[in-house]
Amino acid sequence: MVVSSDGTLSSTEFYFAASAFSEQWTKFNSALPQWSWVPSPKRPWIPHNQVNYVEEGYLSVENVILPKLNEIQNDGAGAHHYDFHVVYSASYRVPVLYFRAYCSVKLILSILGLYQLIIASSPDGQPLLLDDMEKDLPLNSVEQLTRSRRMFITQEEHPQLNRPWYTLHPCGTSEWMKLLLCNDASAAQVEGYLWTNTSSHGSQ
Amino acid sequence: MVMGDKGGGTEAQQYVWGGAIPLQIHLHDSEVTTLPPPPPALVALFFYFVYLILAPRIGYLPLLVPQIKPFFSSSLPPGVDTVWFEYKGLPLKWGSFDLLCAEPERPWNLTIHFRGYPGNILTPCESEDSIKWSFINALKEAAYIINGNCKNIMNMSQPDQAELWRSVLNGMELYLDITKRLKKFTFVKALVPYALAAMLFIKNAVTCNLFPRPYKQSGDCSCTTYLSLLLFRLIALNFRSEVAGQLEVYLRVSSKLKLDIVGDDFSLKLNSSTSKSNQGVSDLDATGTTRTGRIPVRLYIRTIDEDTDDLEDVTAIGSWEKVSYINRPVEVHSEGKCFTLNGALKALLPELFTEASSTNAHTSGAEVEGGQRSDGDSSRSPGETGEAPSEHSRLPSDGAEIKLVRIQGIEPQLEIPFGWVVNNLMNPDHYLHICVYVKVLEPITI
Repeated sequence: MVVSSDGTLSSTEFYFAASAFSEQWTKFNSALPQWSWVPSPKRPWIPHNQVNYVEEGYLSVENVILPKLNEIQNDGAGAHHYDFHVVYSASYRVPVLYFRAYCSVKLILSILGLYQLIIASSPDGQPLLLDDMEKDLPLNSVEQLTRSRRMFITQEEHPQLNRPWYTLHPCGTSEWMKLLLCNDASAAQVEGYLWTNTSSHGSQ
Repeated sequence: MVMGDKGGGTEAQQYVWGGAIPLQIHLHDSEVTTLPPPPPALVALFFYFVYLILAPRIGYLPLLVPQIKPFFSSSLPPGVDTVWFEYKGLPLKWGSFDLLCAEPERPWNLTIHFRGYPGNILTPCESEDSIKWSFINALKEAAYIINGNCKNIMNMSQPDQAELWRSVLNGMELYLDITKRLKKFTFVKALVPYALAAMLFIKNAVTCNLFPRPYKQSGDCSCTTYLSLLLFRLIALNFRSEVAGQLEVYLRVSSKLKLDIVGDDFSLKLNSSTSKSNQGVSDLDATGTTRTGRIPVRLYIRTIDEDTDDLEDVTAIGSWEKVSYINRPVEVHSEGKCFTLNGALKALLPELFTEASSTNAHTSGAEVEGGQRSDGDSSRSPGETGEAPSEHSRLPSDGAEIKLVRIQGIEPQLEIPFGWVVNNLMNPDHYLHICVYVKVLEPITI
């Protein structure tokens, strides 16, 4: 399957791209936490089976502990656990990354949480605030993030779980996918879409 | 632009912008730390613990907070406040009035909280700035759906962006200002006891018939409620014209974004060439002219499984799990053909319509259940479905029917062209919010 020239995917193509991505991931990163396809929760009257009877759902990897890039930041508060979901956006017709993070030790972050608004009680730990997550990022990403934070990282409702998650705003995705695809015709396969997508997120 | 538009918007647009919901805001018992001396009368109670406000329908609840907070601040415990609203135990997410009150409750009784923010349910909304960004993000998404890109929003000039937001905000502030002005009228307060007496008299003598049906409260219809509603009506009547000015500003800036879906009353035409604009946005023309044939829609579906025809008996929603909601564009394929609201709903919720299967398999008429017609469905007797016209209720195979479709507080006929509905009833972020009540005749077994 070939990605359409405008850099977007249909929901069916997303399913195939996601399957291919998680297969490749297993092949090359078998030591890392694995991505899996999670079917969407059933919601009354909303069509669950999309075109071609492809199951609606999203890619998920949960409970990932990121190796700390800056060890000084480790305040003994315990490891930072990340959940990542890749969900298809019918509006933008691209995959969208949703993420949240929490800390295995409740106390430290709940104090932080008192004077920040992004607090919640999760059964397995306190969700991290965006400020705390920034400590896990390489320095140049942090700079970029603070500059463009409002535009690109927002807290929004997870479209399938209807809970607040962080998301990378997808409005530019199809544009730079188009750019990447016209440079490299061999990458223009649906199966490779998510590889191209994730690596460009990383290099941004 | 919309047909019949004279710069100040269509009549329906003016209705939407001028629409307001009277709110009665209570402070949660657990957050009251100081009790004022026992109030001698209902009036005192009314002025101390209940805050009345008229909120524009298209506004955002958190924007009311700066106005409401001083009112309650004396009763609050010391500490940091994170404000949120609750309706009958349910934390409020959006301006979800249409969805939460099956039979419109006037005034809408909300509880305000300053502590214990339910961060796992609600997305934080801490300042006017964050509300503005969520508005801009929604607008961006709508632009992407309509045009296939959101360059028009990204390239919007700072003054334009500010003006657009002000127009949305000002509608809100106008109302707040009105409420404030009203509060300053000491004579209003002085009149309250007399008015109360009068209301009591009216209530007993005329047995509520004086008031239009939506204003009738089935439960506790206190005199203060009647009084406040009367005040609200006065306010609403006086200031609808001022809001029209805001609508005009909004329409002027919004037209530069080229998000208008050109259509007349009978068809949705997707224009492929917009005439060059002389408003200093000619650089947008290259990107602003392609149309995808998609319409931004947010759909909220509430299932009623109670065996009742009277929406007043429908119990309040206990949790958000009971509501399905999606943000999914409607694709308009039938160019030139009449595409109705019914067609849009059918595209979004095919499971609720059986006509689709009956038109596809026209020859196998035997499979179609009795009472189902290929279109119109007009031959069913109107008495069958109670107060709703027969066009509103369609029986799918598993025994559920659309009980009610509500957009901006209006219950439009499903035969209305979708283009008209979008152009006139959309929110300022260019999204059409549709609330659908589905009545299940047999219990769902999912």
